[in-house]
Amino acid sequence: MTAAPPPEVLRAPLVVEFPFTRSLGPVQSAFLTGLRERTVLGVKTSDGKVMVPPVEYDPVTAEEIRELVEVAATGTVTTWAWNDRPRPQQPLDTPFAWVLVTLDGADTALLHALDAPGPDDVRTGMRVRVRWAAERTGAITDIACFEPCDDGPAGGEPVPHDGGFADAVTGIVAEARLDYVYSPGRAQTAYINALSERRTVGERCPSCHKVYVPPRGACPTCGVATTDQVEVGPAGTVTTYCIVNIKAKNLDIEVPYVYAHIALDGAGLALHGRIGGIPYDQVRMGLRVEPVWTEGGRYPDHYRPTGEPDADYDAYKELI
Amino acid sequence: MARYAREVAVVAFAQSDHLRRTDELSEVEMVMPVLHRVLAATGLKAGEIGFTCSGSSDYLAGRAFSFTMTLDGVGAWPPISESHVEMDGAWALYEAWVKIQTGEADTALVYSYGKSSPGSVRDVLTRQLDPYYVAPLWPDAVALAALQARALIDSGETDESALAAVGARSRDAAAANPHAQLRGPVPQGDYQVRPLRTGDCPPVGDGVAAVVLAAGDLARRLCERPAWITGIDHRIEAHSLGLRDLTDSPSTRLAAAHAGVFDAPVDTAELHAPFSSQEIVLRKALGLADDVTVNPSGGALAANPMMAAGLIRIGEAAARIHRGASRRVVAHATSGPCLQQNLVAVLEGDAR
Repeated sequence: MTAAPPPEVLRAPLVVEFPFTRSLGPVQSAFLTGLRERTVLGVKTSDGKVMVPPVEYDPVTAEEIRELVEVAATGTVTTWAWNDRPRPQQPLDTPFAWVLVTLDGADTALLHALDAPGPDDVRTGMRVRVRWAAERTGAITDIACFEPCDDGPAGGEPVPHDGGFADAVTGIVAEARLDYVYSPGRAQTAYINALSERRTVGERCPSCHKVYVPPRGACPTCGVATTDQVEVGPAGTVTTYCIVNIKAKNLDIEVPYVYAHIALDGAGLALHGRIGGIPYDQVRMGLRVEPVWTEGGRYPDHYRPTGEPDADYDAYKELI
Repeated sequence: MARYAREVAVVAFAQSDHLRRTDELSEVEMVMPVLHRVLAATGLKAGEIGFTCSGSSDYLAGRAFSFTMTLDGVGAWPPISESHVEMDGAWALYEAWVKIQTGEADTALVYSYGKSSPGSVRDVLTRQLDPYYVAPLWPDAVALAALQARALIDSGETDESALAAVGARSRDAAAANPHAQLRGPVPQGDYQVRPLRTGDCPPVGDGVAAVVLAAGDLARRLCERPAWITGIDHRIEAHSLGLRDLTDSPSTRLAAAHAGVFDAPVDTAELHAPFSSQEIVLRKALGLADDVTVNPSGGALAANPMMAAGLIRIGEAAARIHRGASRRVVAHATSGPCLQQNLVAVLEGDAR
């Protein structure tokens, strides 16, 4: 917070999407497969309590529990919360109540949504039933939601169930998408802005005087802010390199090619980039290179030889 | 003091101003000034710290291993002894405290931070829920807290006006806290998720906290009035909300018993209760008497930087002892939906 903020902070959308593939244990598999078949299963603990949704280990004793029972698709609301503004990925897109429902025959409650006209139509103790999703795949969302009902509590004990279904669901894919607006902060904003003018700027540590490229705003050695801006390059020296023989997906570069560490003139550490304009097997430590910008490019596409004599090893050995 | 192998105290505490947005600062740029302030308070340099531990969350940042970026602000060369928890910094403090108890370190720097502004924290927090039965429904943190609030109201333990009073008292107390995000009166507002209104919910913001721990006589040298951690413990409950009695917090009570909270009266409590209803639950679990000062800092209802708000409770508790305003304080931190995980610490000043 020592430097004045730049006039314009860079911002860009950042979307993180991940489809986690998760395997199911025997109890979860039976429960989710059951939902697909409009059957709600619970699991019985050794002291006779029926847990819905079921788990594989008793939360109190940590004992393995496998005794499945079928419970009713009707139940009683134990607590609720009225959601006026449903968020995009929630079960209903009209206002609804979040509810914990203890299904008839169960001793624990299931979290889901309740479709009701308004908050005045919801109360703790009200009777509800499952509304099944039209298309069911073996997921908690096979219960589309709950809906109010007038049925009294279903009597009788939960019915033992062997959990066997044809074509059991053994895994789920948990899709998730989170949307962010990323701001890179002061130091990286200055770096990116300079790149748009085809300049490379680093920042000098006021304590050890090393010049960091790209700058992140802090010297990782001294733990202090690097606020003193320094223009480096454009030319630099290859300090070390590797030859890439694997063609990356969606990357229009012929293999083999060289990926190198390049110490730009004036920089205190090397950044990395691709070397072009020279056969891959002629790249060497000490090679002098300069950036090549493509039309509209926001960073150098690659680096090519300048034609200067190679740098002395002593000139860059500290930067390898 | 014979409870543990070594005497360990919080000797310094610093925090950022907690703000709705900090777009101009990367995480390390946000963290570094606070690290400098907390170290300056002890006169220690980064290289003299025995152990460093941080708390944060990749899901807030939207990228993997995001905590490694902030290590630049610590000065991690020559190599330091370092660890990280993907949790509130209160649990990083617990790890650091254990490290000192083992004799592996005599001092520790603990910091934590969260930038909620880049994303939607209500959606982000759904990703910590049970991935099989709950997360696919995307119930957000306010919704889950509202279920808990309704359960409390139904049980007769509170009502909406009592909840509003908790929020109002917190923001009123925060008027004296220059770091807090919401200071002074805040409209109770509309329902966010009924029965919780705007005033019952924490602000969304960005912020940083840091403390320095030290053992024994070193703590006495670094701090005029060390805040001794005379008890600390943390407990967790079953993750399924439908298994729990949401009107109570047995994990808080158990942690408090192990930390020695009930061995003697406390004069002050710093409770990590992001929602007004959760303060009701915690007061009951900790059996707080009416004369105990609760959240004189304003608490999480005045500033709730994710991953730092729990560590701030310990820091605020310690700071009161440092300046002689409290003698025996209970500090509490929570993590997860509806007070799922709870850490309780007792901090005491030397009798004088």
